[in-house]
Amino acid sequence: MSTAQLTAPPTNGHDSIVEIHLRSLFYGTFKAVRDTNLTIPRNTVTAFIGPSGCGKSTVLRSINRMNDLVRGFRFEGEIRFRGKDVYQANVDPVAVRRHIGMVFQQPNPFAMSIYRNVAFGLRLNGYRGNMDEKVEQALRGAALWNEVKDQLKQSGLALSGGQQQRLCIARAIATEPEVLLMDEPCSALDPIATLKIEELMNELKKKYTIAIVTHNLQQAKRVADYTAFLYVDRSQGDRTGYLVEYGPTEELFENPREKHTQDYIAGAFS
Amino acid sequence: MTQPVKPQDQNAPSPPERTGGEVTGGEVTGGEVTGGEVTGAEVTGGSGKLPVSEPNSPAPSMTSGKAATPQHRQPGLGQVIGVAGGLRPEAPPYVAAVPVQPTKFQPTEFQPTGPPDLERRLRKPRTLFSAAMSVIAGIMSIMAMIPLASVLVMLIWRGGQRLSLNLFTQLPPAAGMEDGGIGNALVGTLLIVGIAAVIGVPFGILAAIFLAEFGPQSKTASSVRFVAKVLSGLPSVLAGLFAYATVVIATGRYSAPAGGVALAILMLPTVLLTAEQAIKMVPQRMREAAIGMGCTQTEVVWLVVLPTALPGILTGVMLAVARAAGETAPLLFTALFSDYWLTRNPLEPTASLAVLIFDFSSSPFKNQIEIAWAASLVLVFLVLLANVAAQLWTAQSAKK
Repeated sequence: MSTAQLTAPPTNGHDSIVEIHLRSLFYGTFKAVRDTNLTIPRNTVTAFIGPSGCGKSTVLRSINRMNDLVRGFRFEGEIRFRGKDVYQANVDPVAVRRHIGMVFQQPNPFAMSIYRNVAFGLRLNGYRGNMDEKVEQALRGAALWNEVKDQLKQSGLALSGGQQQRLCIARAIATEPEVLLMDEPCSALDPIATLKIEELMNELKKKYTIAIVTHNLQQAKRVADYTAFLYVDRSQGDRTGYLVEYGPTEELFENPREKHTQDYIAGAFS
Repeated sequence: MTQPVKPQDQNAPSPPERTGGEVTGGEVTGGEVTGGEVTGAEVTGGSGKLPVSEPNSPAPSMTSGKAATPQHRQPGLGQVIGVAGGLRPEAPPYVAAVPVQPTKFQPTEFQPTGPPDLERRLRKPRTLFSAAMSVIAGIMSIMAMIPLASVLVMLIWRGGQRLSLNLFTQLPPAAGMEDGGIGNALVGTLLIVGIAAVIGVPFGILAAIFLAEFGPQSKTASSVRFVAKVLSGLPSVLAGLFAYATVVIATGRYSAPAGGVALAILMLPTVLLTAEQAIKMVPQRMREAAIGMGCTQTEVVWLVVLPTALPGILTGVMLAVARAAGETAPLLFTALFSDYWLTRNPLEPTASLAVLIFDFSSSPFKNQIEIAWAASLVLVFLVLLANVAAQLWTAQSAKK
């Protein structure tokens, strides 16, 4: 498989913010992902697509070291965030996660008020300043302000699924992380809520860099500037995922170079 | 497919192809069985590719099922597993193994006429049984209430007679005296239970945090859990004995702290086990969210897990306090009793409601018996008050 030539950063005038050089990634003895090299440019939306079990979520979660929580996780290679390898021995994963925010598949607001959900990260970082203003700003940024401005004291769990997910986005952007990782953020949402989140992503990329895992090819087409296609290779005995193709979304969908990509985009397999 | 097909019936005489990762040469390719878990099995027909989720492979008994007739659309579970596992449904050994019997029931002979029989009748055994069980369950729940209700009624009736301001401000009457109150016993109970809570609750909650968050699978955790369970069934006299052997003998005096230690030992397992359950109930994704925000493990516990688990933890604490407040035996040889108010010196025998009730209820004097009733009512009311306060507090903190 000719993965080597795909590693070049497809930066059309954008400078890169995250560079993934993943040689292999293990869970215990199971090799989950191999040979995935790509560069995420600043102020873009990069989508990870691929069949189930190809390791796209795993790759995303290794960017902010969420996988450290999984027993037996081992990472070989490097992931450079603004030039600094986050897997260096002296790097504190907690610090990495304060720069690289995350939105999860299931909306997961804390069991506290909307206001305190959004203020959570700010308080955590010891923010001293106008908290109300920051909270409003984050909620506006997540396109939720108009819906909740009169009920900020209400529990975040009382919101609808789509609102909860936007609350989670507000919570993540309140601390102004440079990169926002989204792990299938719309898979638990209805089409209208999905649309809202997608519009939001387009808005957010002006300020942040977004990496998103999605099962929905249409969604990748709609929101992503760059798309990475991962595939799971069964020929080597186990189910190890790897990067097949990475490039500007239009190019990847209109004119895929690899056979696997063509098949997947044509909907031949999932 | 009217007969339910058991999976093991198909698995028993498995054809040799089944164990291999890929079956080629037939019409089924790429079914994978990995340690019992079926992932991404793919069925590739001769004409095109078909996902496994809608197998149109013919039912074993039907020889022709090319199109999906209504009968074919819902294959038995066993069949789906067989197909997903890479079995060729058409393979002869497979067909022979499936116990599909000819349908006994001929649709043409059954022609229902008139309205269906849907009425509810007690004569039907199922209806009768269900009704009878509901009645029995209802009667039992009412019977379970009788002791509790009668105790409460009795308490209010007998104890309520002596309720007055004097009851709370005066010292217990000596034998044969009139009037008197339970002032020192009330204060003593609050003090002893307070000491017990101050010792028992932090221990219990911190231990619960360790059990639930930091080392749920560790050897330490399972042994602590086991010991806590044993301790929760410990006769309360033994807790008193422990406090006697440690605090009372060490200080040389019966005292409120000694009683507090005894009650703390009784509270500990309740607090620990309920707090552990409450902490475990906090959804994992909230922890993930907190970690994703850049929380350290302590911050995750302190800022997210504990506030979320607070109502459950408080319930445990209240249960423990309620139990401790009513305990008499461990106080008899730790705090003992006193006919006087508390002094500045904490190391003195201290009165408590429970011991007062124990003493006075066996008294021959009418006045003391009345005081015992009133003290019982106050004790029950105290526990009730604590419970209501905890409920209100959690409701309040949930709103924030």
